[in-house]
Amino acid sequence: MSKQIPFVVVAAICASIALTAQAPDRSHPPQPGPPAPLHLPAIQKQKLSNGLPVWVVELHKVPVAQINLVVLSGTANDPPGKYGVASLAAAMLEEGAGSRSALEIADAIDYLGADLGTATTSDLSAVRLHVPVARLADALPIMADVALRPTFPKDELDRQRQQRLTSLLQGRDDPPTISAIAFSRILYGKGHRYGTAQMGTAETIKTLTSDDLRAFYTSAFRPENAVLLAVGDITADKAMPLFEKSFGAWKASGAAASEKLPPTDEPPARQVYLVDKPGAPQSQIRIGRIGVPRSTSDYFPIQVLNTVLGGSFTSRLNMNLREVHGYAYGASSAFDMRGAAGPFYAAAGVQTDKTAEALKEFFNELNAILKPVPAEELSRAKNYVALRFPSAFETTGDISRRLEDELVYKLPDDYFAKYVQNIQAVTAADALRVAQKYINPERVAVVVVGDLKTIEPGIRALNLGPIKVMTIDEVFGPKP
Amino acid sequence: MKRAAFFIILALAAPAAAQTPAAPPKIELPYTQFTLPNGLRVILHEDHSVPMVTVNMWYHVGSAREITKRTGFAHLFEHLMFMGSGHVKPGEFDESLEAAGGDNNGSTENDRTNYWINVPANSLELALFLESDRMGYLLDSMTPKTVDLQRDVVKNERRQSVENQPYGEAQVVLGEMLYPEGHPYHWPVIGYMDDLTAASYDDVVAFFKKYYAPSNASLVVGGDLDSAAARKLIEKYFSDVKPGAAPEPMTIPGVALKGVQKKTITDRVQLPRLFLAWLTPRHFEPGDAALDMVADVLAGGKNSRLYKRLVYDMQIAQDVSAFQASQALSSSFQIVATPQPGHTVAELQKVIDEEIQKLQREPPTAHELERSVNQVEASFYNRMERVGGFGGKADQLNAYYTFTGDPDWFNEDVARYRALSVGDVSAAAAQFLPLDKRVELTVEPAKKP
Repeated sequence: MSKQIPFVVVAAICASIALTAQAPDRSHPPQPGPPAPLHLPAIQKQKLSNGLPVWVVELHKVPVAQINLVVLSGTANDPPGKYGVASLAAAMLEEGAGSRSALEIADAIDYLGADLGTATTSDLSAVRLHVPVARLADALPIMADVALRPTFPKDELDRQRQQRLTSLLQGRDDPPTISAIAFSRILYGKGHRYGTAQMGTAETIKTLTSDDLRAFYTSAFRPENAVLLAVGDITADKAMPLFEKSFGAWKASGAAASEKLPPTDEPPARQVYLVDKPGAPQSQIRIGRIGVPRSTSDYFPIQVLNTVLGGSFTSRLNMNLREVHGYAYGASSAFDMRGAAGPFYAAAGVQTDKTAEALKEFFNELNAILKPVPAEELSRAKNYVALRFPSAFETTGDISRRLEDELVYKLPDDYFAKYVQNIQAVTAADALRVAQKYINPERVAVVVVGDLKTIEPGIRALNLGPIKVMTIDEVFGPKP
Repeated sequence: MKRAAFFIILALAAPAAAQTPAAPPKIELPYTQFTLPNGLRVILHEDHSVPMVTVNMWYHVGSAREITKRTGFAHLFEHLMFMGSGHVKPGEFDESLEAAGGDNNGSTENDRTNYWINVPANSLELALFLESDRMGYLLDSMTPKTVDLQRDVVKNERRQSVENQPYGEAQVVLGEMLYPEGHPYHWPVIGYMDDLTAASYDDVVAFFKKYYAPSNASLVVGGDLDSAAARKLIEKYFSDVKPGAAPEPMTIPGVALKGVQKKTITDRVQLPRLFLAWLTPRHFEPGDAALDMVADVLAGGKNSRLYKRLVYDMQIAQDVSAFQASQALSSSFQIVATPQPGHTVAELQKVIDEEIQKLQREPPTAHELERSVNQVEASFYNRMERVGGFGGKADQLNAYYTFTGDPDWFNEDVARYRALSVGDVSAAAAQFLPLDKRVELTVEPAKKP
């Protein structure tokens, strides 16, 4: 086979042909044509004989399928003293199930060219399978073993435990991890689940037993607390019998349980926390406070507001810290919305010798966002969020994540259909109202992980508030 | 869906029938291609599943074209491509795309630089206007101040991805150890700080003229479009981009390791880490696909040999990975492992060497190879799900075009893996992974002051 080398071919062409086409009008950027309608995929909602709901979306594009068993309990349901149990229980599902060992499960799945994984967030636990459709019938029984018949072997638990302890140890190396863990603990404290990493602490990880995992599993993995999501090159008619065969006989045992999150406190007055990372060439900054739950009625105005502040490339934080001052590779902000009020934060890694200057610019932007957003900027943010919405439905994985959101946060059936119009309906007054309600720069926690001896004098001179210096041990607990 | 934009016909053997050779699955990804008078190669691909389009441009230049004392320049230049051009004011590139619901990005590697713009289908013309304007008129708006600003941004990108990244310096040092001074892969894509400081406005002008001519680029436009209409728009917007001379062809320097090169560096980390690296065949050359399978047999999944021994059975490692990093001038094969607290890299290296030697002596089982090949085949489907962005279909068409001259090289690529025998895998391990000709780099935790 002859493969031509590209530059030889094109060089010959450009030497022999003169330009003939007429130059385009470059005096104005071209305007968009009429928008194409978005046809949202239909969700076919059915049930298995045991009552387990199954949501099917047909996507006949690539011969693959994404099958997620989603359970409506996550790390927020960890009992006090057992932080990390949901996350460890989910990870352990693949480490022995039915009559299969961990190695047998992995071998069978890899041989099929499939991906099987488990996941935990604050609000859900999931077993997720991505598989060539030709292998779906072979992979489902393995997935069902993992999700319905885990055995939690003790030697596997010990291995997982050690892996997690070592991961936590390695977290001390990584400034973004340090700042995120410190920030959550400062906002929520020890007594609220959001104040501790999803995987727990070294202290809890060391004490969790197989019985703890079984107890969590039994209370969470129940047909009445779960939904099976199926997206891909399948039809409901042909796939439902396969799902029935693998999941239709599933029955709950024991009792359901649910942990209630304690209420969160009003944020304290502004305070600065410095974590020493000797020699660090950048300081990792995270500034914020407790924000809103996913159920907030201000969801759409907050999406638009955050896009203006730090949710896109042209957002104010990124333009200021990166494109105007060059202090950072990038800066952003986010409202992390969960079942209860999650954190709002603005963050960046900035060069060490500009740490105080960067902090000053963060506060300039957090104060400026409390004033009305100019019409053109608001319109750009709304269009950015609304017009690219179709791309959230491109792949089987994309669609399954949208379904998970709808399921976990109980979004209405017409939520996606009305998404674009709800974003476009946000007014400047709405954006101003939510900014003033949720972003209060006087009542934020400021976390900076960096080279203390270099950055401390400049930060003190800013007079942002009381300063507390923390060691990495105070952030992570004593070294395991 | 207006019509099926493409389909993949696949006949995978059922596991029970794994001994029978599977009928080769045919991956069909229809495209059309043409070349503009100024030398720009254009490839079109329709996929009407969501009303989005992507404009994907590859310039056939990367850090390998850089000169001494100006390392990191190809990447710094990439940053300048977003800062406006003759008819696009500073800031307007990103602002107009976001106002249209678009996203964009770019990346630089040793052998190429790529840029993509994803927009709703009704803004295809805007994306082509912006992409063509920076190809034709970048220098009209370039100033020394623009260069200064992005120099600071890139230095912070380096701090974030190398200096403040645990073990981040290791990949820089590995390149320096694998390739001699002067070899185009000796220096890192991100460059050295002093060289970034030295980069000047004049360098920008020279680099643009030398490497950013349309004949040194290829454009893929994909997604919810009509090929004939898209072609007209592309001809309209790229017709006034002036042709340029082709850069001199790259010579492929011969390179070989003479013995074991050992080095230890320190970093602000809790645990040491071991990096073993070899020089291996270039991408798509004989041995390249076999080394992908060597990597998978050694460290892909729980049942792989190194994972099972080091992480699963002996529990002396936190992680182990192996990969063939395939590139245009030379590839490298790497094995990376981190010991559990209380264990050493020497313990890991002993086991790793035993397993390499075993694989050199005895072929893997048929099951091991089939498991790996099945995963490669499945990955070809997974790569068909998305049109735009890094790694989407448009990016893949451009990659195959750039490196093989054929945008539709999917079937040839997957066939390389299907053709492998278990003997090919052990032969590749024996030929390309000699224990006495490699780089051995250890990162040790720095002592507390």
